Amino acid sequence: MKRIVTALAAAMTVALGGSAWADGQLNLYNWGNYTNPELIKKFEKEYNVKVTVTDYDSNDTALAKVRAGGHGFDLVVPSANYVQIWVKEGLIAEARPDQMENFKNVDERWVNVPWDPGRHYTVPWQWGLTGIIVDTSLYKGDINTSSIFLDPPKELVGKINVAPEMNDVLYATIKYLGGDWCTDDREFLKKVRDKLVEAKPKWIAMDYGTIEKFASRDYGAAYYWNGAALRAREQNPNVKFGYPKEGFPFFMDSVALLKDAKNPENAKLFMNFIMDPQNAALISAFAKYANGIKGSEQYMPEDMKGAPELVVPEEFQKSGAFLESCSPEVHDLYTRIWTDLLK
Amino acid sequence: MASAQEAAEAAARSDVRNRWLLSAPALLIIFFAAVGPLFIMLAYSFMAKGDYGDVKFGQFSLDGWFSVLFERDIFDDTLSLADANLSVFWRSLKLSVMTTAVTLFLGFPTAYFIATRPPEKRETWLFLITIPFWTNLLIRTFAMQEVIRNEGILNSVLLALGVIDRPIQIMFTDTAILFGMVYVYLPLMVLPLYAAMDKLDFRLVEAGYDLYATRFRVLWRIIIPLVKPGIIAGSILVFVPSLGAYVIPRVLGGGKNMMLGNYIELQFGQGRNWPLGAAISITLMAVVMVALLFYVRSATRGEAGREG
Amino acid sequence: MKARHFDISAQPGFATVAMLTFVLLYLPIVTLVVYAFNAGNSIALWEGFSLRWFISAAQNERVQEASIRSLVVAAIAATIATLAATMAALATTRTRPYRGLTFKYAFINQPLMVPEIVTAVALLIVFSRIKVWTGYSGIGYLLAAHTAFCIPFAYLPIRARLEGMDLTLERAAADLYARPWMTFRRVTLPLLRPGIIAGFMLAFVISLDDVVITEFVKSAGQETLPTYMLGQLRRVVTPEINAIATAFLALSVAIVTIFFFVNRKKA
Repeated sequence: MKRIVTALAAAMTVALGGSAWADGQLNLYNWGNYTNPELIKKFEKEYNVKVTVTDYDSNDTALAKVRAGGHGFDLVVPSANYVQIWVKEGLIAEARPDQMENFKNVDERWVNVPWDPGRHYTVPWQWGLTGIIVDTSLYKGDINTSSIFLDPPKELVGKINVAPEMNDVLYATIKYLGGDWCTDDREFLKKVRDKLVEAKPKWIAMDYGTIEKFASRDYGAAYYWNGAALRAREQNPNVKFGYPKEGFPFFMDSVALLKDAKNPENAKLFMNFIMDPQNAALISAFAKYANGIKGSEQYMPEDMKGAPELVVPEEFQKSGAFLESCSPEVHDLYTRIWTDLLK
Repeated sequence: MASAQEAAEAAARSDVRNRWLLSAPALLIIFFAAVGPLFIMLAYSFMAKGDYGDVKFGQFSLDGWFSVLFERDIFDDTLSLADANLSVFWRSLKLSVMTTAVTLFLGFPTAYFIATRPPEKRETWLFLITIPFWTNLLIRTFAMQEVIRNEGILNSVLLALGVIDRPIQIMFTDTAILFGMVYVYLPLMVLPLYAAMDKLDFRLVEAGYDLYATRFRVLWRIIIPLVKPGIIAGSILVFVPSLGAYVIPRVLGGGKNMMLGNYIELQFGQGRNWPLGAAISITLMAVVMVALLFYVRSATRGEAGREG
Repeated sequence: MKARHFDISAQPGFATVAMLTFVLLYLPIVTLVVYAFNAGNSIALWEGFSLRWFISAAQNERVQEASIRSLVVAAIAATIATLAATMAALATTRTRPYRGLTFKYAFINQPLMVPEIVTAVALLIVFSRIKVWTGYSGIGYLLAAHTAFCIPFAYLPIRARLEGMDLTLERAAADLYARPWMTFRRVTLPLLRPGIIAGFMLAFVISLDDVVITEFVKSAGQETLPTYMLGQLRRVVTPEINAIATAFLALSVAIVTIFFFVNRKKA
């Protein structure tokens, strides 16, 4: 019995106690499976700071938890369309990354972004887009269109997975039907809903975890993120990625400093650290998305250099857009449509 | 005489007091970390919803409760019963009842089988029931996925046996959710059933046979009534969590059709309608509690009747 | 002719269903374990035998930390919950109805009536306040939350066991002038043991499983295995998860076996 107690006590110290070997602490709150452990190790070594990584699985969970307080996090990585909400709710601090040493490495394209003009709050983490993934052994036609999931060809019916992301799905559908994002035109939205309700029986799932299901041939097509397409292709060479010409959403997740951070100095060190091309390449090497730091390509793993999923072809550049956050009233309408779809 | 009665009353009072003391730790922990905080939910259900989730603190509103029952058509503003809520509720109820029934059907014979092994073997069988459940729910759900996939074990075996000539699509259907819930909640049925059966007095069974009862009559008239507390406990343990299941419908159901757990999560998450989420939750709790009250009442009344 | 042995405890078909149940229980587990040894990246396509995922899991510090944390939290929460539940079960059974009995019963079972997400959000709101006020944001909150929702799971089997135990033996012990504590230890407790074991195991498993409440209650650096896996779900699932699960299985089998032998010796 005594031995069990001793063993338990030892295990508890590991599990419950924080270690005190480092000069400082840094608590990163990030999407799950999104942080390269090598990046963390490198940072810990360079600055002698102990870093903990804690995961979330949706923007709203992260927002709810941080807003409630007492969380102990220093840095968070919200998506572009949420950054302004974090600012409005007074949750993130003006860390002024634009005045940091490594800021010169940030690609001009990602400096004056609508959700954070001039980058007073956030540092780019990774960016990508939601598009079409198709197993071309099943379907040979044009894949650069949202009709793959909204008016599916018969070869793909019953084999389509759609990411359960309200904004991304509604955006593609609104664009597909020729409307504008954040529209509150009821006539038009009714068409949007009917289109989705009509298409849903032809889908097999609305789920995450797409990559392995292309490998196992459970899915034949998907409306999903490009980084996942890259990984799916590595497991099933028939998988190709398409850019919906009607319109598709870009996303960028950016690192922000929380107002109630306990270790703001270490957090700023980290923000500066990830703007270094070599370190940014580590981020990308892990989750397979582009990062927005100039010169990081040369440090990236072979499979990512010039990958067709990561380089948006010139002709489709203008079809992509960043989603702004719609007004609460419009958001409400969109939620209702979403509920109608999922009920 | 009078003093004896007084002494008896005092003893009874002290017994009740001791019983309160004895249950105090459980009551306190539950109050602090489960029930107490729920009052916040009640308050939240009567507030106006915040723009980006949460509520506008102190702003009274009945919108949340209104939307539980009714919905204004988004397009022509007509008022109707909240069809979305009802269909989600109905699907959850249906699947939970089926889950409970199937786990009882499988769990009862299993628990009985274990309880009738020689005493030294029972614990081994019991451990066999629990071992799969030392891996967590998410992993078990994934494992289930491997079994019911189109190219999974189940379909392969059926194909090989010639029962079917092409794979049945089970994955991403309500059947998949049912499979998953039965699999995940089965030990919650077996363990309490076993606990009740383990102390079954087989002399009563023997008496039944002495009176020329058939095996079925013995089961129905003697064994089942005796282990009724176990059946009730098991059914509650399976039914209620399946009603609020979240992970299983998401992974096995493919997320296309929500159950109540997912619907509530939507309101607290992407939907940003916390008052509605709170109101639905309270409604659900109320329904479950009323149902249980009736269930427990009728079950105990039946027992009292037999004893009397 | 020799009279056929009549087994009074047998019921037709029960053994078959029981065996079917065991097959059903282990079929997914077997698949899970098999794919842990997959050489490929997939949890669905077999590409040959390899130990690479075990090595990768063993080198993953976050997985190790999360696993230990999960086990420790489950052990502590289940122990406290079983203690509290046993006391509560003793207090609510084998008595004439008294005021508050139904209330207690309903109250203890309350955590079962509530979908996890509701408790999770409610706890987030309340615990966050306390975290801000006290400045303490340690593991205590997670333990409290887990203990609370484990109590009803431990309580139900213990209560079910107690309800059918009559008081004859205890009365006999009391007649022989055994002190109440002695009676409890020597008479009640041994009879109650199967219920307590069932209750503890349920509580332990339930705590080990919890995703939603933990997700909302955890503070920085308090990842448990389930919340870690929930995070993985969104990107890609590799056999590493199977390897972790297999390691957990092996560990549980080991613990159970040790437990078994210790028990044997005592008996």
